Amino acid sequence: MQWQFWIIQTLNSLAFGGLLFLLSSGFSLIFGLMRIPNLAHGAFFMLGAYFGYSMLARGGNFWLVALVAGLGVGIIGIALERLVLRQISGNEQGQVLVTLGVSFIIADICLLAWTGDPMPLPAPQALRPPLRFAGYAFPTYRLVVLGIALVAAIGLYFLMERTRIGAMIRAGVDDMEMARGVGIPVSRLFTAVFLLGASLAGIGGVLGGPILNAYPGLDADMLPLALIVVILGGAGSLLGAFVGSFVVGFLYNFGIALAPDLAYFVLFLPMVLVLVFLPQGLFGRVQM
Amino acid sequence: MKRGTIIALTITAICLVAVPRVIVNEFYVNMATQVLIYALFALSINMMLGYGGMVSLGHAAYLGVAGYACILLNIAGYDQLTAAVLAVLLSTVFAGLFGVLSLRAPGLGFIMITLAIGQIVWGIAYRANELTGGDNGLRLPQRPRPFGISITSAENFYYFTLIVFVLALFFIWRFSRSAFGASLMGARDQPRRMSMLGHNVWLVRWLTFVMAGFWGSVAGILFVYYNVFLSPHAIALQQSAEILLMAILGGTSTLTGPVVGAVIITLIKNVASTYVERWNTLLGAIFVIVIVFMPYGLVPGCRQLWRRLRSKLARRTPVRIDTSGSCT
Amino acid sequence: MSMNRRTIIKGAIATGVAAQTIKISTAVAQAGPIRVGFLTVKTGPLASGGLQMEQGLLTFFRERNNMLAGRPVELHTQDTAGNPAQARTKTQELVERLKVSCIIGPLAAFEALAIDDYIRSSQTPILTVAGAEDMTQRKPNPWLVRPSSTSAQPSHPLGDYAAKDLKLKRVAVLADDFAFGHENAAGFQRVFEDNGGKVVQKLFTPLNAPDYGTYIAQLKSNLDGVYTGHAGSNGFKFIKQLREYGSKTQILGGFTPVDESLLQQMGDDALGAITGNWYSAELDFPINKRFVAAIQKEYKVDPGVYAAETYLCGEVLDHAVKQVKGNVEDKPTFMKALKEAKVPETLRGPVSFDDLGNVVGNIYIRKVERKGGKLVNAVVKTYPNVDQFWPYKREEFLKSPVYSRDFPPAKNLEN
Repeated sequence: MQWQFWIIQTLNSLAFGGLLFLLSSGFSLIFGLMRIPNLAHGAFFMLGAYFGYSMLARGGNFWLVALVAGLGVGIIGIALERLVLRQISGNEQGQVLVTLGVSFIIADICLLAWTGDPMPLPAPQALRPPLRFAGYAFPTYRLVVLGIALVAAIGLYFLMERTRIGAMIRAGVDDMEMARGVGIPVSRLFTAVFLLGASLAGIGGVLGGPILNAYPGLDADMLPLALIVVILGGAGSLLGAFVGSFVVGFLYNFGIALAPDLAYFVLFLPMVLVLVFLPQGLFGRVQM
Repeated sequence: MKRGTIIALTITAICLVAVPRVIVNEFYVNMATQVLIYALFALSINMMLGYGGMVSLGHAAYLGVAGYACILLNIAGYDQLTAAVLAVLLSTVFAGLFGVLSLRAPGLGFIMITLAIGQIVWGIAYRANELTGGDNGLRLPQRPRPFGISITSAENFYYFTLIVFVLALFFIWRFSRSAFGASLMGARDQPRRMSMLGHNVWLVRWLTFVMAGFWGSVAGILFVYYNVFLSPHAIALQQSAEILLMAILGGTSTLTGPVVGAVIITLIKNVASTYVERWNTLLGAIFVIVIVFMPYGLVPGCRQLWRRLRSKLARRTPVRIDTSGSCT
Repeated sequence: MSMNRRTIIKGAIATGVAAQTIKISTAVAQAGPIRVGFLTVKTGPLASGGLQMEQGLLTFFRERNNMLAGRPVELHTQDTAGNPAQARTKTQELVERLKVSCIIGPLAAFEALAIDDYIRSSQTPILTVAGAEDMTQRKPNPWLVRPSSTSAQPSHPLGDYAAKDLKLKRVAVLADDFAFGHENAAGFQRVFEDNGGKVVQKLFTPLNAPDYGTYIAQLKSNLDGVYTGHAGSNGFKFIKQLREYGSKTQILGGFTPVDESLLQQMGDDALGAITGNWYSAELDFPINKRFVAAIQKEYKVDPGVYAAETYLCGEVLDHAVKQVKGNVEDKPTFMKALKEAKVPETLRGPVSFDDLGNVVGNIYIRKVERKGGKLVNAVVKTYPNVDQFWPYKREEFLKSPVYSRDFPPAKNLEN
């Protein structure tokens, strides 16, 4: 193998891992605090990409669009939490059914609204030409996504570790009854976390758009990846989601390239192994 | 059994037997057959789900293992009965292995292991072209002739399916009423207490897992006989999810719930989709609405409604009505 | 009357006032409408192509005022959701409940294969658009005709063109990892290598791969071109990502990647891509001009191969129905007329069939160019009357195994 292969694949893995972090950190937060396996998370990601497409087509600034689209998805997330999930808290089977049902609806409405054709999201003009160094070329935009993911990770770290709301979330993850007992407004906290988690998925959708495009089936392609990340890293742990994202990034990129015959389970096999030997994931905070 | 239950059972039985006589059109008879096959899938997953609280997203793996094994053994020249028995056996052994791995992790971890194993089976079916034909799938040479009777026609095949279904239903009903079923439910609700009482919680769960796998495999064989064809699409994650959703929609705490769920989802997919273009939205909306208003599924929800209605009626009329539970 | 509501609405829109003024030929003895079943995908990830198929077919019947050989047509559209089991149920519904005389569709090869035995046993004539090679080769279905092409039929001439006209030497082949991708890529590889080219890399990508970065990183730097056999949104995604990585290599492709329906969205990334197809929206035939204008007017999109193939099915159907004077109820005669149809003018040029039911027609080599501010697939060469075996002899072709991931073996791979 050439040097180029290893260098480019490493960058690929890092960039893909960054994107996965944006996708899965929200899933992990929601599951960690509320124990809701939000199977509509992939649909949130796709919805973000479609929102982004429509706003960019009307000439919006890329970064602003990412925030607005993310917020839009976040509001839909709040609606799901307040109107539906709240009614069935503690009912795990019901949550599985409802969140899958919502993802069916979102996917079907996207098909109606944006047709079945793939919709490309243009990256900001300045980031489109690939970065060239020593004869290698790599897409500039992907490196920027990696950078954003790192910034987001640091931001989330400070939010969780250094702010009041973060402390409340951590308390909730560790012991919900206790948190309730000491007067933490759990209800508002749930809404805030759902807003944050869904918005992160939506922003991830916009940022992922220039790489993946918006197309029907994007939700189903991304959801298993989010689940794998969370399982590997451990639910409810930001560090877990962070490490898990990059582990999956590397496994996916190198696994497929080096063992094409295993392409279909290059991610699932390690997941089974981790679960069998470390049922809590690598950094799990909560009993799954 | 109470008299009401016996009457209800008899009426249901007569209806089921009369289906092909009443609806002559082959298409609807075939639809009824499909409903029965999916109902069996849903019943089998519900052994784990309803009585054991284990949510599996990999149930279609049994359809995959049993189905491909059955077709391949047929192609290899084994007679139909041997092929079917070996296929179910193989798939059940696979379920045993599958269970050992899955039961390592609780909750979400369990869901994810089952999902992963389902995906691995799908991936092998998809990728191993020489064996499985890849995404082109495999054709079953022909349907079997049990006791020399042809089951090629829609009507005969319906009766064949019905017989298998009733046998399975009986077994699963006995299971839910047995001491074993009780200890399984105990293991679901009070695992610590059950182990202290000397029950091997792991073993109880594992045996249930294997039994669910067995009936899932039987349903898989029926699926292959019905379609005379199997391709990886039939064992994808979506299939597993659908089977799971059937059980949850109908209500996992009951025997009839999964059957009701199978009826609704199969009919929306295959019949409503002819008339309603946005049938996926319809399906999703039904999931959401049912769970919001009947958190534990349709059958328990309707039963509760019925009970409330009856108690209201009872208050108005002085005549006492026997408030026994309906059939499960 | 077991007509469903949607059929009535569509029929009403399609025929409109015109139907009332048309005189139905009294020479036709058959009473009642011709029932045509249509299997397509309207939901799920494959819906894009499926909806275009519907556009093409509706455009056809609108043009004919919903009449074939003087008989009104009742179109029954069914959504298979791209799922083989559902395709089978829907086929049964068409045949058993709706009593259709023939079926158009389904979209995907795996759907067509799932209903193959049922089509045989129910003896229903079917005009398919699915590519699966063996349905008209080693396991021919006597009730099937395919007016579009097999998966590899347009790849053969492209292989010829790439080796002889473009004089390319070293090409990497990437395709979706399913039967269509295998067959489509294999056809190119075989002819290209038989004419002196070398396929130095061959990568099959999972259908649901979200990102091709890892495959693109494996591509060698000294390639003359990259062949893509990706279908649907995957071809779109692949070409975009290839350019994203700064590759300027010549793009070659089968009939799916730079489809007209996606071309405007792809922008400059697609410029210069050369593909083999049995159709281009740029074809100069009067029928095609009328078809393209109709689709653009009605749906505000450019028609690609999916819309064209159902329209083409309509044309072949029309021809055969006229041959049997509207008597589609006599199935063997009707099927014979379909298989022996020689249609001198269609939107893709003249069309006839071999005895296995597969089309013999022109294959066009097309290049993506900018024309009046719009991207088009300009036709740069026409291979006339190509059959599914071209350039090989039929007996020899049928003796070798069906195209697959490993056949023909790639002897020139470099690692």
